[in-house]
Amino acid sequence: MEEIIKNIEKMVVITAKKRQRDNLYFVTTGKDQAIPVITYLRDYEGFSHFVMLSVADWMEEGEFELMYLLNHPVKKVDIGVCVRIPRENASMHTAHHLWEQIWSYQRELKEMYGIDFPGSPRVDESFLLEGWDQIPPMRREFDTLKYAEETYFPRPGRETHDPATYMKQKLYPNE
Amino acid sequence: MNSKFKIEPDRSLYPSVGKDGKLEIDLSSGKYVKIWHGPNHPGVTGNMSLELTICGDEIVEAKTHVGYLHRGFEKIFERRTWMQCFPTVVRMCVPEPDTNEYCLAAAMEELSGVEAPEYAQWMRTLVLEMARLTNLLRTVPGLGGTMGLGLGVQWGVYMRDLLLDRFEELTGARIYHMYIIPGGVRGKMPEGFKERLLSNLKEIDDFSLRVKKLIFDNAVVKKRAVGTGYVDPSWVDRFGVVGPNARAAGVNRDVRKDYPYLKYAELDFEPYVDENKGSDVYSRFWVRYMDMINTVALIRQILDKMPNDGEILARIPNALHWSIPKGQTYVRCESSRGEYGFYAVSDGSEYPRRINLRGPSYTHAIALLEKLLVNANISDVSPIMVSLTTCPPEIER
Repeated sequence: MEEIIKNIEKMVVITAKKRQRDNLYFVTTGKDQAIPVITYLRDYEGFSHFVMLSVADWMEEGEFELMYLLNHPVKKVDIGVCVRIPRENASMHTAHHLWEQIWSYQRELKEMYGIDFPGSPRVDESFLLEGWDQIPPMRREFDTLKYAEETYFPRPGRETHDPATYMKQKLYPNE
Repeated sequence: MNSKFKIEPDRSLYPSVGKDGKLEIDLSSGKYVKIWHGPNHPGVTGNMSLELTICGDEIVEAKTHVGYLHRGFEKIFERRTWMQCFPTVVRMCVPEPDTNEYCLAAAMEELSGVEAPEYAQWMRTLVLEMARLTNLLRTVPGLGGTMGLGLGVQWGVYMRDLLLDRFEELTGARIYHMYIIPGGVRGKMPEGFKERLLSNLKEIDDFSLRVKKLIFDNAVVKKRAVGTGYVDPSWVDRFGVVGPNARAAGVNRDVRKDYPYLKYAELDFEPYVDENKGSDVYSRFWVRYMDMINTVALIRQILDKMPNDGEILARIPNALHWSIPKGQTYVRCESSRGEYGFYAVSDGSEYPRRINLRGPSYTHAIALLEKLLVNANISDVSPIMVSLTTCPPEIER
């Protein structure tokens, strides 16, 4: 696996790399380099199984981190190709031409995080939410509690507790 | 027969494809009709629907619609401590919730450097196999159910109930067990549990024989299921097909063998692979049937090999204030539907930055199903869909 990562480093700049365990590695590269790296891994290194496309919102740093997880079915090893993109007008190159299921991941990320993938099929069609007119709900600034309080109303007689305080009262009332 | 009648040899040419590469479907021509298969339909797996464009009784276009069950779990996780995610995470999959418990627990343990004790690992293995069997008992006779032969399903529901009794005895809950927790499991095997479970397995052996005769040896079922919904083996990687659906296409994919976790490396078993690459509705159900038989054998093997007693929980930090070190990981296990994984990201705080589920249905129910349904008969929608064992909550999360 180290050899494969060295091969990638010959092609593009790897800004971070981590061996999470024997069969799981993460590498971070730039926005314009990610899709060529993924294509290389698929076509030349045998990472033929696309596991998932995910994103973590690092709001404090003003960035999203996309993670393309690829699997090598013969060598039994995974590699996560990570890409940092700005949160403002977030956009990423599409990878729908590489695996058939990627367009549905990209469609979901467009709806849930507002990350655009120009050229991706049906990317503007709603995935889960119909008629949603607020900010994409998976962005961290979207306040679910505020939304729930404004949209729904509580049933009379229902109490809520802060779980940590409630458990402390139950378990360690004198501390 | 009218000599002018001609069968179109290549059905994919009907309707024709326009210059822009899209199908030329003119709904106003009266030739095509749009119908909705689900979300309320006996032949739909859970709360999802299919928007079908049909010409006569042939499907020319299919689109999967989800969103009827979206509960925002992954968003909720951001507001919960890691431990508080447990009661929620199990609800991601009703028929087999234990895989969620295991994946989250394993991700937290890996990021924190905690290892569950030996006995707890055996108990986890046992519970995951029981969960697989519970789901297969309901799914396998479902082949008959999709074609109007509901008797096998009724038998399966009863058999599943026997195992739910065991789950209730072991965990206190029938559906959402919350038994596998970070660091280990919640309890030991009750007295007499092993004997009662073995007795249930004996009944399931008998059930398996009856199901084979009722469904798999049934001429009508064979006539409808063989050759229907064919998944080409080359699509396995192209569409991300996993688990029994891949094994029906002759591609051996099983996380338990490929990436052994818990105690699977110490168990002697071989996942069933359809060497004939049938890869149709019948073949996929037959692989699941064989999985059911193998799971029963595996549970017996686990009960035989596991220690009688031991520690159930490793030493873990205060569960209410457990800060997971900064990092990210992907943990997978084999559910009855295939590879099931969690991508977890921690920012070093008590709250997860991101927990993302990768369920097999995400690819099977959208990209693959939409492809398989084109040119299928509308009466084959349910068998094809159920043969992929799609589970909408995995998609919506």
